[in-house]
Amino acid sequence: MTMTDTAADRLGSASSGNALELRGVTKLFGALAALTDINLTVRPGERRAVLGSNGAGKTTLFNCVTGDFLPTNGSIRLFGEDVTSFPPQERIRRGLRRTYQISLLFGGLSVIDNVYLACRGVSRGRFSMLRPRRNDTLMARAAELIEAVHMTPLKDTMVRNLAYGQQRQLEIALALSGAPRLILFDEPAAGLSPTERSELIAILMGLPGHIGYIIIEHDMDVALRVATSVSMMHNGRIFKEGSPEEIENDPEVQELYLGGGHG
Amino acid sequence: MAVTDTRPQPSYQWIEHISATNFGIIALALIMPVLANDFILFQVFGWAFILGTIALSLQFLAGYGGMVSLLQMTVAGLAGYGVALFGDSGAALSLGWPWWLNIPVAIIVAGIFATLVGALAVRTEGIYTIMITLAIASAFFYFARQNYPIFNGYTGFNLVIPPQLFGVDWRQPVPFYYLTLGAATLSFICVLYVSRSPFGLALQGVRDNPRRMAALGFNVTMHRIYAYTFASFFASIGGILLVWQNAQVSPGTVGLPNVFDILVIAVVGGLRHPIGPFIGALIYCVLRAFAPDILLAFGLSGERFKMLIGLGFLAIVFWSPDGVLGLWDRWKARRSANADPLTGKARGGSA
Ligand SMILES: Nc1ncnc2c1ncn2[C@@H]1O[C@H](COP(=O)(O)OP(=O)(O)OP(=O)(O)O)[C@@H](O)[C@H]1O
Ligand SMILES: [Mg+2]
Repeated sequence: MTMTDTAADRLGSASSGNALELRGVTKLFGALAALTDINLTVRPGERRAVLGSNGAGKTTLFNCVTGDFLPTNGSIRLFGEDVTSFPPQERIRRGLRRTYQISLLFGGLSVIDNVYLACRGVSRGRFSMLRPRRNDTLMARAAELIEAVHMTPLKDTMVRNLAYGQQRQLEIALALSGAPRLILFDEPAAGLSPTERSELIAILMGLPGHIGYIIIEHDMDVALRVATSVSMMHNGRIFKEGSPEEIENDPEVQELYLGGGHG
Repeated sequence: MAVTDTRPQPSYQWIEHISATNFGIIALALIMPVLANDFILFQVFGWAFILGTIALSLQFLAGYGGMVSLLQMTVAGLAGYGVALFGDSGAALSLGWPWWLNIPVAIIVAGIFATLVGALAVRTEGIYTIMITLAIASAFFYFARQNYPIFNGYTGFNLVIPPQLFGVDWRQPVPFYYLTLGAATLSFICVLYVSRSPFGLALQGVRDNPRRMAALGFNVTMHRIYAYTFASFFASIGGILLVWQNAQVSPGTVGLPNVFDILVIAVVGGLRHPIGPFIGALIYCVLRAFAPDILLAFGLSGERFKMLIGLGFLAIVFWSPDGVLGLWDRWKARRSANADPLTGKARGGSA
């Protein structure tokens, strides 16, 4: 790598204006390579599904993008900025959001407080010691988000008392707070009932066009409906990318992925 | 689990709604000097308000932040040493600054100390937080005992008394009662208010799920460190009042028995709500004041009161991990379970 190489790199990605750009990302857990040389580009507003079997490295990929894990190798650019060594909160403040495969919520707080914290985290006054006023804009925004995921009657319920599906819905509300530009959904439909599932699809399809997302989804039907592009992962590598139709009709994919239960 | 469900959710009012029971308690506290003798006012209530205020700083850190710090008595003692050193005392070492200077400086020095130790402690979790703060508390005790230029070594400072503000001798039982009551009440209201502010809510978020907090844009480490700074303020207030009450401060003030007593008080009272430490402190001070007499009446040595407190601690932790507050919640839950959902009155046995 010479100096001019990196400079050209930087210029290139700044002008291309990608939402997310992974170059040669590798993540090792001891001897286990959870990710190997991942290259991935997501344009602003793009909706991409990531498919792959259990243990393919999908969640690890998300963790590297959000900064929960530092990659062993490679670089991560978010909206043209190299964030490879940034702590999670700095990436979040740049418009990145995520949900977790296993809900990570604040059990000791109410639903509205959970969403309020999510709104507060990406705004000023995180350390404010003044209680929100009655007409607090962030509090109003939190109430709107709760309405958007159809949870208004549960506004004051303590989160640890919510049912599983409700916790998944709340995960989505947290991810929508602030001004997201790229959201990472980690199996948001897992364990949902058919009704909850179609509600989720409606929420995802209803997102404003400038918000892009990457969705990990085991259910091919859901994934292909909400995504405009698909990446297939296996053993820590992306081995195929394409439109939903291309992926659906690809013989290799059918053998590896659909061959099992979906046939 | 059902116990927590019955609690009304806190609202975003300026301060929580004052119920009839609370109103009665406030009225009782205000007229207490008419009802109680000097010993009770000074040694039981005055002391309980002071220890409660110090334990309140632990309740804030542990209850809202999930950080069990054994440092709070040390911070309190440092602020007490501060007023003794910067203000007046019987020791030649004291600088004799006026009260409006020595009190704020003492609080600031203790706050800086708490922030620095906090910055170390927040990198650890659970038992390691306890160990590191305990190590620092015990190191501070030995340091104070051996250091003569600042802490006046083994003897410490005597004749440290409150300033004669408004011509009142604040160490007289009745003024001292109101002084400590006022300090405790203001500290309590302050913690209660901040617990529903963005800072307080975020701290509770950090307690429940630090990783998720970072994924929402919060700087978890800074939040925890600021919590130590904020809590130190109440520890300092309590520490200064404690030194005034005893009219002296010495290494024994920050000794390990006192360090543990603060933990016991906060846990026995309950860490979930800022009223907990005051309940714990009142129980502790009543026991300290009367247990020796009761033990003597049963023909036991009065020295055994510590054992009585220890047994009480054991019983509380065993029966109710949430302290006395937890017992109270359970009692209320049982009562509301028996209540008619329409009238709110107790159901008759036949209905
Ligand atoms: N923190 C960790 N420490 C060690 N190994 C890990 C860790 N996280 C994940 N792994 C390993 O990395 C590999 C990829 O895991 P990952 O969770 O990314 O898979 P996934 O594609 O999300 O699978 P699933 O569909 O089951 O969620 C697995 O072999 C897993 O055991
Ligand atoms: Mg996964």
